[in-house]
Amino acid sequence: MEIIPPNARFDFIGKKKYTFWISILAILVSLGSIFLQGGLRYGVDFAGGILIQVRFSKGVEISEVRRAMEEIGLKDAMVQNFGEENEFLIRLEKSAMDLEEMSKKIQASLQERFKEKALEIRRVEVVGPKVGKDLKRKALWAIGLSFLAMLVYVAWRFKQVSYGLGGIVALIHDIIVTFGAISIARLEFSLSLMAVILTIIGFSINDTIVIFDRVRENIKKMRKESLENIFNTSINETLGRTILTSGTVMMVVIVLFFFGGPVIHDFAFTLMIGLISGTYSTIYVASPVVLFWNRLISKKRKG
Amino acid sequence: MILYTAVTLFAVLLFLPTVVSELPSWYFKVIPTEKIHLGLDLQGGMHLVLEVEAEKAVESYLERIKNNLREELRDRGIPVGKLEREKNNQIVMEVSGDKEKWEKLISQRYGILQELSTTPLEKGIWRVTFVLDPRQVEQVKKNAIDQALETIRNRIDQFGVSEPEITLQGVDRILIQLPGIRDPQRAINLIGRTALLEFKLVDEEGNLEEALKGNIPEGSIILYQRVVDPKTGGTKKIPWLLKEKTLMTGEVLKDARVAIDSQFGEPYVALEFDDIGAKLFEQITGANVKKRLAIILDDNVYSAPVIQEKIGGGRAQITGRFDMKEASDLAIVLRAGALPAPVKIIEQRSVGPSLGQDSIRKGIFSTIVSAILIVLFMIFYYRGAGVIANIALILNVLFVLGALAIFRATLTLPGIAGLVLSIGMAVDANILIHERIKEELRWGKTIRAAIEQGYHRAFVTIIDSNLTTLIAALFLYQFGTGPVRGFAVTLSIGILANIFTAVYVTRWVFDFLTLRLKVKRLSI
Repeated sequence: MEIIPPNARFDFIGKKKYTFWISILAILVSLGSIFLQGGLRYGVDFAGGILIQVRFSKGVEISEVRRAMEEIGLKDAMVQNFGEENEFLIRLEKSAMDLEEMSKKIQASLQERFKEKALEIRRVEVVGPKVGKDLKRKALWAIGLSFLAMLVYVAWRFKQVSYGLGGIVALIHDIIVTFGAISIARLEFSLSLMAVILTIIGFSINDTIVIFDRVRENIKKMRKESLENIFNTSINETLGRTILTSGTVMMVVIVLFFFGGPVIHDFAFTLMIGLISGTYSTIYVASPVVLFWNRLISKKRKG
Repeated sequence: MILYTAVTLFAVLLFLPTVVSELPSWYFKVIPTEKIHLGLDLQGGMHLVLEVEAEKAVESYLERIKNNLREELRDRGIPVGKLEREKNNQIVMEVSGDKEKWEKLISQRYGILQELSTTPLEKGIWRVTFVLDPRQVEQVKKNAIDQALETIRNRIDQFGVSEPEITLQGVDRILIQLPGIRDPQRAINLIGRTALLEFKLVDEEGNLEEALKGNIPEGSIILYQRVVDPKTGGTKKIPWLLKEKTLMTGEVLKDARVAIDSQFGEPYVALEFDDIGAKLFEQITGANVKKRLAIILDDNVYSAPVIQEKIGGGRAQITGRFDMKEASDLAIVLRAGALPAPVKIIEQRSVGPSLGQDSIRKGIFSTIVSAILIVLFMIFYYRGAGVIANIALILNVLFVLGALAIFRATLTLPGIAGLVLSIGMAVDANILIHERIKEELRWGKTIRAAIEQGYHRAFVTIIDSNLTTLIAALFLYQFGTGPVRGFAVTLSIGILANIFTAVYVTRWVFDFLTLRLKVKRLSI
């Protein structure tokens, strides 16, 4: 079976003038949304605060839970439905007071007020503001250093800095677009979305290297061709694989999206966006960056 | 062939305890494995991070030095006026009399105090400022943290939690993981309590009313007793004026147990002192008959009975309208000893067992659905070769789970994300190989040559892309924390398994089919 005819010759690279602007637009929209909303909405994991997930076995209206919070003086507490009908998330972002005490107070008042509704406190997270900041800082460092390591490795394997650079620029593109999607969908950036970002990085670099690898092979065969042509041929030759792999992974993500439950839901949505961006960026970000860089260098040599 | 079968069998054996609930005990003697550890997010339980306020340990250490110093100055007949602990671990002392005499005392007995400045005030009075040797400060802090770790470990042991994990994180943080715990709040109260038990005399000469207005007599303090009104259920705070000096602490406890009052049927905590404690208690009670002795826990007065007579035998009790749970938790913390410094809870996450089970159930369900879809798709698209790819994928998952079991790694939600990524890459590896073989066939190569070339070429791609990801994963592991690490571990294991299964195992199957069985047509 063939999903793509073997002699397919789509002109991918020729479209790069347009896709360049698409990429820029996507990045601007992403950054714009993040900026307009005053940064990402960090979850309790990163921002610090209290999160309590509670489930009642009998019908409880969201307004009743809200009122219960107001009664103990917590007007800022956010209450939202979570997954099933009688399940709620209560969230409080305050760092000035003793969070541990506050969490006890909330739980005690829920127990007291909804005695007959057989409530179950399913999850409690109390994170001090310092812990969240630490986590953010360490995660950023870890990701930054791993980028550097990938850049060095790819540049070494492909004997040119431009390939490493192309891969990393594509990764940065994907991360910005994914963050943009998180911001536009008003999701909360939590630990599980952090895991998605890591996953997207993995898929995106994998995709990029597959095409770069074909380019490396074709450079030897097609000595007289321009680098643009070699890239275009390589993208076409690997197109079948790109579609098959992305398609299979996407299939799994869609399953997760529908069956994974509320925690996995955001996770799967973000992963979908990241996968699309990752496949796109390999062709329209990583490759043009390599071409651009090489042209810059050859111009310099001539000049 | 033998190698592949052996490795596969081994992985299955490692993984078996996770899926089969009952296995004979000899199994675990032969196979070095356990169930795969599930993270608290999947299993339910509590994750706590405490910060030891080690500064406070230094403060109380300095306070003790100050009190000793005052007594020794007095014993030697050196007139001492102000003697106070100040900020930055300093002690300020105002002494008069023979300068040589007190200088000798300090240099001989208090080598850990460094003299900062000595200024004459009036005739014959000197003001001396000392600072605690910074090395000693570090030592005290380190001891406090070590001891806190030990004490908390003791308390949790006595509380009875299976497979707790208590480790030091960074310099002054303690990470506690308690799987499967039902009542997180109770555990927090038990772990986080300082449990400093003190005995102090009630200041009966001082005027309580005046003291409450702010005129606290020198050497006295006000502490409160919480009393629950049995009628209304509300709590009242009763102030006590106490002598600041602590006569005895919980350090001399030998045992603490719950007992039931025969008169009112209320539980109380019976204390038993060790030999030193018993003697000390006898002395204290003997010297203060008809006075009130307050029993104080973490700055709360529990009771202040009048000493009727000298008490020998080293026994005392703490009463205070406990319920059975409270009394038994109190006995645990007293037995395990006080924390050398207060601890602050800076992170708490608890997941109820039902939520963890929900996550696992949904996780398993969506994994099975995706697995079936992938398997069907591979067979649909690649026919016979798809079967080979599926064998590789199944082996891959088996190896990863086996590796998780033998390395005792913990599987968490981010870990599952790593697993999903590695499976995605395994699918990709198989697709890369098959597409390449098809390409080679299209260029008119023979089956053998196409397989040879296909693997040869795809191998480079797979190695490059997998190694790049592996390098990233290793960096994430090295520099990341908890969740990032969990992701990195499963991803790294997955990639290694992937290179083995996708490249070597499938190659062997292809070779077996074409060389041994002489298959002439490739179904791909």
